Amino acid sequence: MSSIRIKAKERKGVVDVKTLMKHKMETGLRKGKDGKKIPEHWIQEVSAESGGKVVFVAALNTSISKDPYLSFKFVGKKGDPIKISWKDSKGATDSAETIVK
Amino acid sequence: MNRRSILKAAGAMAIALITLPRMAFAAYAEKAFKNKEVDSSLNELFGSNATTPSDEVKLKAPDIAENGAVVPVEVSTSLNADSIAIMIKENPNPLAIVADIPPGTEGKLKTRVRMGKTTLVTAVVNSGGKLYTASKEVKVTIGGCGG
Repeated sequence: MSSIRIKAKERKGVVDVKTLMKHKMETGLRKGKDGKKIPEHWIQEVSAESGGKVVFVAALNTSISKDPYLSFKFVGKKGDPIKISWKDSKGATDSAETIVK
Repeated sequence: MNRRSILKAAGAMAIALITLPRMAFAAYAEKAFKNKEVDSSLNELFGSNATTPSDEVKLKAPDIAENGAVVPVEVSTSLNADSIAIMIKENPNPLAIVADIPPGTEGKLKTRVRMGKTTLVTAVVNSGGKLYTASKEVKVTIGGCGG
């Protein structure tokens, strides 16, 4: 199962996108049980595409909460595809796609 | 030059063009994200730290956040935004997020951030190279029961 959940809904020509990504977003400041710092590991970049066009790109810092939530709006219509992908600090990536409702 | 080498060169150029914007984005962000001051982060990000408070930038955040690990923040603007950033003044690294707003995307960004302690949260909107801001102090009671 993908780590990304997307809700995209059109209203009056504008698509409201809400997305939730599952990621631990380790800050690098927290200490583990052994007293050593847990190395940082976080989502660095999130991008959204619709119909081959980038509609949203964000760069995230470690100060974004665990399991990042993002919401934005773009001009589009019902039935448009939307694809959201992320890349984390270790180079891992994931993406998910849905259709605007 | 024969036909094959021309094709190869064209192919290489196409790949470079596709990957270039993304690489540029990641490269400029790295420095800004590791910065410890609001002003120098803004310098890294936008090449300027001259900001103007503006009524056209709206920042929605709670007055009191009981859990500093999850603070909902919403930025919206009626300005023609090129990018939107959220700064949290006294976090180890103030810059929390920066989003590029391509044409056709509205000036709105909503997310949840971590806050170390009570401090000023600032929304920065870059519109045509000028920076407009809205700020709000958010009180944080970490692990508290609202006290």
